[in-house]
Amino acid sequence: MIRRLLKDFQGDVVAIPGRFLALLFFIALIIIPVITTDSYLLRTLAFANIFAIFAVSWDLLSGYTGQVNFGHALFFGVAAYTSALLNLKLGLSPWVTIPIGALASVVAGVIVCLPALRLRGPYLSLVTLAFPLILLGIIFAFTDFTGGELGVSGITRIYPTFPVNRFYISFAVMLVSVMIMWKLTDAKSALVRTGIIFHAIREDEIAARASGINTIRYKMLAFAVGGFFAGVAGAFHAHFMGIASPANLDLFLSFQAIIWTVFGGITSIYGPVVGVFIMYPLMEFLRVLPEVRMLIFAAIVVVILLFMPEGIAVFIRDKLERQCPRCKLSNVWWRKTCRACSAELR
Amino acid sequence: MLEGILVNGLVRSGIYALLAIGFSLIFGVARMINLAFTSFYMLGAYGLFLFANRLGLHPLLAMLISLVLTTLIGLATYKIFIDRVREHHVTVMLITMAVAIIYQEVILLIFKGHYYTPLTFLTGYLTILGVKVLYQHILVLGVVVVVLLGVWALLSKTRLGIAIRAVAQDSEIANLMGINVSRILLITMTIASALAAIAGVAVAPTLVLEPYMWTHPLVMIMAIVVLGGLGSVKGSLIGAFIIGFVETAVVFLLPSGAFLKGAIALIVMVVILLVRPEGLFGVVFEEERL
Repeated sequence: MIRRLLKDFQGDVVAIPGRFLALLFFIALIIIPVITTDSYLLRTLAFANIFAIFAVSWDLLSGYTGQVNFGHALFFGVAAYTSALLNLKLGLSPWVTIPIGALASVVAGVIVCLPALRLRGPYLSLVTLAFPLILLGIIFAFTDFTGGELGVSGITRIYPTFPVNRFYISFAVMLVSVMIMWKLTDAKSALVRTGIIFHAIREDEIAARASGINTIRYKMLAFAVGGFFAGVAGAFHAHFMGIASPANLDLFLSFQAIIWTVFGGITSIYGPVVGVFIMYPLMEFLRVLPEVRMLIFAAIVVVILLFMPEGIAVFIRDKLERQCPRCKLSNVWWRKTCRACSAELR
Repeated sequence: MLEGILVNGLVRSGIYALLAIGFSLIFGVARMINLAFTSFYMLGAYGLFLFANRLGLHPLLAMLISLVLTTLIGLATYKIFIDRVREHHVTVMLITMAVAIIYQEVILLIFKGHYYTPLTFLTGYLTILGVKVLYQHILVLGVVVVVLLGVWALLSKTRLGIAIRAVAQDSEIANLMGINVSRILLITMTIASALAAIAGVAVAPTLVLEPYMWTHPLVMIMAIVVLGGLGSVKGSLIGAFIIGFVETAVVFLLPSGAFLKGAIALIVMVVILLVRPEGLFGVVFEEERL
């Protein structure tokens, strides 16, 4: 049994450079706190973990299911505010408020979904864009309950003085969430059918419906799952920062999710993770140049979109891997023939 | 109260109409959502401030220079950034957003975060129905009427207008009929950025300029254009009046209405879309139907 596992490991992980790199990346993340306990670095990486969940949940909803959501910050903000208010007004522990916050985001996802089911393409994008702005208007109008411009502050923070613990918690949550979303969107999965159905809805919704798929149910599922994980990210963010602020609902946060995902590689799950782990620390370190920080950010986005439209992770993967034309197995770029069926690779 | 809503709503709707028609023209002809659109409105306003206040030119001359320069910037933006990705609509939205942020940051670097109000050649006000109306507001309304008539005449009476409408209907067939589609797109983008710049220079003297002034009108004109039906010029005109009056009425009638005006305008948009998913005057294209 162990031998079989080892063999699977060798065939499915070590032999494919993309997966091998992913494994190395996760091992590196695990051992970083052993090497250094610099709290600034660990804090940056912990937030990168949180935002990786957020970006991947956008990829599940928009990249896979094709419901291009321009207001993904709604789910982030709803969960952040729900968990912050529950914590502050009722004194519940973060471990209770975070799941409740994520469930509130599921509700938000279903509410957004109702108009979204009737719309598609640019109409859908623009309507989803409206929702966080509506909520922001309400938050600014009822300042005594929501704190208005200042947000809800003074909530319980998770391990504020133990950066290593915080890092490991965020890392574990990120790993579990991303694994679940990866499985849900895996088109070849034998366990769940959602992956292939999401692909079908994106490619041709009418054809999917004609094949007997209840597309409405699956679109709602995509909104609920995307909302849930974005909510997990939002609630953790609030309890890490100790504040839920209007910035959690901002248009800019919605766009950042899209930019991270497109930068890394849309419709790929690992793309957004790569995107966040490159862009977020880069933007943090650019805080030394506050005046041109946003300018550099926007310039990077433009360059990536013009010259690497499929994203940096996919770009690198295509350089490292070659698909066998006969059996569709991935191979290392230096092989001349396929490792399974020895067909010639071109 | 009612007079106030009427007069202010009219001015606000006029500005929204100018912006929304440009935005809707771009979407109708090129099928792309240009989020950098209102940054030309901002650039026009800042251009007026630069030439009139900083360099001391006559405001009318400054308006003209700013208008021409902003239109050229719009043209260059299309040529450099949008043209080569115009097939993918999500990419267009992202890249125009990034371009808008670039303009915002450049403005922030040059003018810093201060609040400015540009000079104008028209000062003073008139009292209509007991409401103070600035001469500048009357000028804005006049400009709106002239420009709308101009756009209408261009689209319906000239060969160029016919070509633009043909591309909007079906760009492939238009191409087969010998219309140079990419040139028509270029011309449309130029007209649209000129419309945004006109709105910017006309309304700037009544505003406070700041580097984030492009975001609120952007959200509002997107609501207007979706409400009226993406790509329908008539729809965006009527949508502009609905949203403009709703916003003004909310500001006048509700407590803390200044915060809620955007939210309520967007709720109106969502409700209308729930009833009519293609907008008030939207055309449903076969490949876009659900």
